[in-house]
Amino acid sequence: MTDATRASLADRLLAGERGALARMISWAENAHAGFPAALEAFWSRVGRAPRLGITGPPGAGKSTLVDELARAVRAQERTVGVLAVDPSSPLTGGALLGDRIRMEDHTTDPGVFIRSMASRGSHGGMARAAVDAMDVMDAYGLDEVFVETVGVGQAEYDVVAAADTVLVVLCPGAGDGVQALKSGLLEVADVIAINKADLPGADRLATDMEESVHIRTAGREVWTPPVVTCSAGRRDGVERVLEAIASHRAHLEDHLVEHRRAKRVQQVRQVVGQRLDHALWVTGACAPRVEAHLREGVTPYAAAARLFEDLTRSLGDLVQEPSA
Amino acid sequence: MSERRIRVLVAKPGLDGHDRGAKTVASVLRDHGMEVVYTGLHKTPAMIAEIALQEDVDVVGLSILSGAHMELFPRVREELVSRGMERVLMVGGGIIPKDDMAALEGQGFAKLFGPGTNTDSIAEYIKEEVARRWAEEGSEA
Repeated sequence: MTDATRASLADRLLAGERGALARMISWAENAHAGFPAALEAFWSRVGRAPRLGITGPPGAGKSTLVDELARAVRAQERTVGVLAVDPSSPLTGGALLGDRIRMEDHTTDPGVFIRSMASRGSHGGMARAAVDAMDVMDAYGLDEVFVETVGVGQAEYDVVAAADTVLVVLCPGAGDGVQALKSGLLEVADVIAINKADLPGADRLATDMEESVHIRTAGREVWTPPVVTCSAGRRDGVERVLEAIASHRAHLEDHLVEHRRAKRVQQVRQVVGQRLDHALWVTGACAPRVEAHLREGVTPYAAAARLFEDLTRSLGDLVQEPSA
Repeated sequence: MSERRIRVLVAKPGLDGHDRGAKTVASVLRDHGMEVVYTGLHKTPAMIAEIALQEDVDVVGLSILSGAHMELFPRVREELVSRGMERVLMVGGGIIPKDDMAALEGQGFAKLFGPGTNTDSIAEYIKEEVARRWAEEGSEA
């Protein structure tokens, strides 16, 4: 394929063609060879849409709440893109993607674009694909971008952590507050929504979460995540979630550029990490060299130390060994 | 480092409340390593085509047991074509008489599968057909 046809998909994206938006997201998730050049072509249009990450345990009502949040965004005559990430089977690599069933009222609304994405299990690859897909939606001109993942595992964590604001959705009856703490979800939360607040135990969970937030943030110069309750399925309390999101956005306003740049550094780190790993171990000569060391009978740690020494010598200033 | 996977939309057009077959096929295709989006029940042809577009699927599989296939299947195809998706692989299944199957296969549907079809053979058919189309497209897609 020529560079001209690559540019043309980017042009069609910028011209507002929905098919081009869909195909460019496929390029992002397939790590298509044309994507980096395409991103170059539309990069100047990236960075306009606020990005909201939504995560939480299975069954907490994330998709239903996303559906309601999208409705609220549409009521303000703003457009929204939703990226719904579901896990791939570790056995076959296949996936059943069903989140959009709960957002079906928006299917024929031209102001809403919903895309399902399978996590494909690759370490770091998921976050890269999701961030790229958010960039594509942003450049296309959608006013808001939502990304939804099940709150389990490092890959999903990396996905939502790339958003400007992270909304953690919990519900009563799915474990107590200590489990939410253990899962690490609270560390990434900018807003905590206790969904299904009409069920017994919701008030207790909200109190637990407020307490946990207080323990984490008391006496520190950090953002204190608001805890709000709602029943998305009954369209109750969604405005409280929106207000809490808006308050975090207002808090970010002064340093949004720095906030996003810090997240881009993480993105670059992942991209470099993957390329470096491939260059060292797949196409490069690390494996035979380590094999040679091991053949001499040294321990794995000694073999690692030798290789590390070789590598740091050629990397120069970029490397700083952690002090012991 | 391209890692393309076959993406399939399994859809239920019209007023047909039975989706055990659709769910069975969706699960089998998933087990064959495909990424399967399921629409849920009662979708209009326009909704199905719009979902196919947004999800950028390689395959649209329609399931119908209501008898309205000669009406609904061609309309889904029209909606797909109007969105520039004439190249998507279209397959279908359900309670469909043999003559109707032949007629639909003459109207842009690649293949129709009737009751009793071995589900793995559906997956094999899709894999072969999509691989052939991808090879034709080259790296253009």
